[in-house]
Amino acid sequence: MYDFEYVRPASLADAAARMAASPEARLMSGGMTLIPTLKQRLAQPTHVVHVGVLDELRGICRDGDAIAVGAATTHETVAGSAEVVSAIPALACLAAGIGDPQVRHMGTIGGSIANNDPAADYPAAVLGLGATVLTDRRSIAADDFFRGLFDTALEEGEIIRGVRFPVPLAAGYTKFPHPATGYAMAGVFIARTPGGVRVAVTGAGNGVFRWTQAEAALGAAFSPQALRGVALEADRFSADIHGSRDYRMQLARVMAERTLGMMHTGAKAG
Amino acid sequence: MKKTIQITVNGKAGKVEVEGRTLLVQVLRDQLNLTGTHVGCDTTQCGACTVHVDGRAVKSCTMLALQAEGASVTTIEGMADGDRLHPIQQAFSECHGLQCGFCTPGMIMATAELLRRHPDPTDEQIIHGLEGNLCRCTGYVNIVKSVRSAAQRMAAR
Repeated sequence: MYDFEYVRPASLADAAARMAASPEARLMSGGMTLIPTLKQRLAQPTHVVHVGVLDELRGICRDGDAIAVGAATTHETVAGSAEVVSAIPALACLAAGIGDPQVRHMGTIGGSIANNDPAADYPAAVLGLGATVLTDRRSIAADDFFRGLFDTALEEGEIIRGVRFPVPLAAGYTKFPHPATGYAMAGVFIARTPGGVRVAVTGAGNGVFRWTQAEAALGAAFSPQALRGVALEADRFSADIHGSRDYRMQLARVMAERTLGMMHTGAKAG
Repeated sequence: MKKTIQITVNGKAGKVEVEGRTLLVQVLRDQLNLTGTHVGCDTTQCGACTVHVDGRAVKSCTMLALQAEGASVTTIEGMADGDRLHPIQQAFSECHGLQCGFCTPGMIMATAELLRRHPDPTDEQIIHGLEGNLCRCTGYVNIVKSVRSAAQRMAAR
C-alpha cells in the first residue's frame, strides 16, 4: 500500500473542506472496498478522509412515509434495526445477507452505493424501492443515481449523507450468491408501492437496472406466474467465466419468481 | 507520515507509532508481537485475522490502525484466563475443531461473537455466523460441533 494521510474529520462540513483542499483525496466510510483497493495499489490517494466516523451520518429513523438511513450506518445496524424490520423487512434481510459478519460490522450503506459494485446488494434495494440519495449538496433519485459499472451521479468530493427509503406496501429480495465470493450472480428486489411495482436486478449486468417489462406484467397481475414469457433485455446482462449471458438471464428470472413466491406466502422476504 | 496513537489491546493500554497505511493486524503482529492473529488471504475473505474491536468481530487485515485509535482490541491471546483456556478454546481442542490450526484463532474470535449474539445457536446460525471464516482442512463438521460444545460449556458456567 502506498502511504497517505489519514484524516478523521470533525464534521461533514470539515470532511467536505478536506476533500475540496486535496484533489487526490478519497472518502472512506467502512473501508471494505477502499482498503482492499489500496492494498492492491489500484489507488494512490494523498489523503483518506474517514467520513465513517461521523455521528451525524449514522442512525436510522422514521421520516413520515419513509425510513431514513444515515450513510455511515453499518449493514449490521440496518439488519438489526427494529424500525427497518417492521417497516421494510426485505431491506433488513438484504443487509443481513451482505458479505459476512465481520464485513457487516464495518461496511456501510453509503460506501456500498457510492462504490456501486455491479454485484452489490444495496443498489438493488435503493433502485427497487425508488429511494432518494441525500448528499451534502442535493437529493438524487435512485433512477438518476446509478450509472453503470462503479459509476454514480456523485460529483467530485460530493458526500452521501444518507438514503431515504419510501415504505412500500410489500417488498422482497432474493439473490443467487456466487459459491466462492458470496457476491450476487443475480439478485432481484421487487417492491409493491402505491405508484406501481418496481423490479431491480443486480449482479447480472454492468450495474443495477430495472426490469421494466416485469414491472408492467406484475402491475397487471402480481404473481410468480405473471413473469412467464416476460422478456428480458439481453444487452443488460453480462457474461464472464462464472456464467454466460443466458445463464444470468435465467437466474434473474428464477430469483424474481422466488422473490414473488416469498412475498406471496408471506415468508420472511429477503 | 507517522503518528502516535493510543490503543488498548487485551486490557493493556499502550501507544504505538503508525503510518496512514499501517493495518491493525500489522500493529498486533509486528509491533506488539501478538502473532496469534494470522494473515491468511490478506483480502478480507478468510477471517484468520479476526479480532474484536470495541466488542465487535472485524478482519484486522482490512482495518487501518488509525481507525482503532482509542479503541479496545481483543485478540486470541486475550481469551484465556492465565493457563485456563477459554471455554471456546477448550471446545475446539476437545472436539478436534482444527487440523493445522492456522484458521483457529480467527474461528475462535468469530465464535465468541456468534455466541454473544446467539448463546444457544442452531446449526444454521453457526454456519451463517462463521461465513466469514475459511478452514481448508476440516470440512467444518468438527468446527460446528466445537461451537455447539462451547455454547453448552458457556451456558453451564
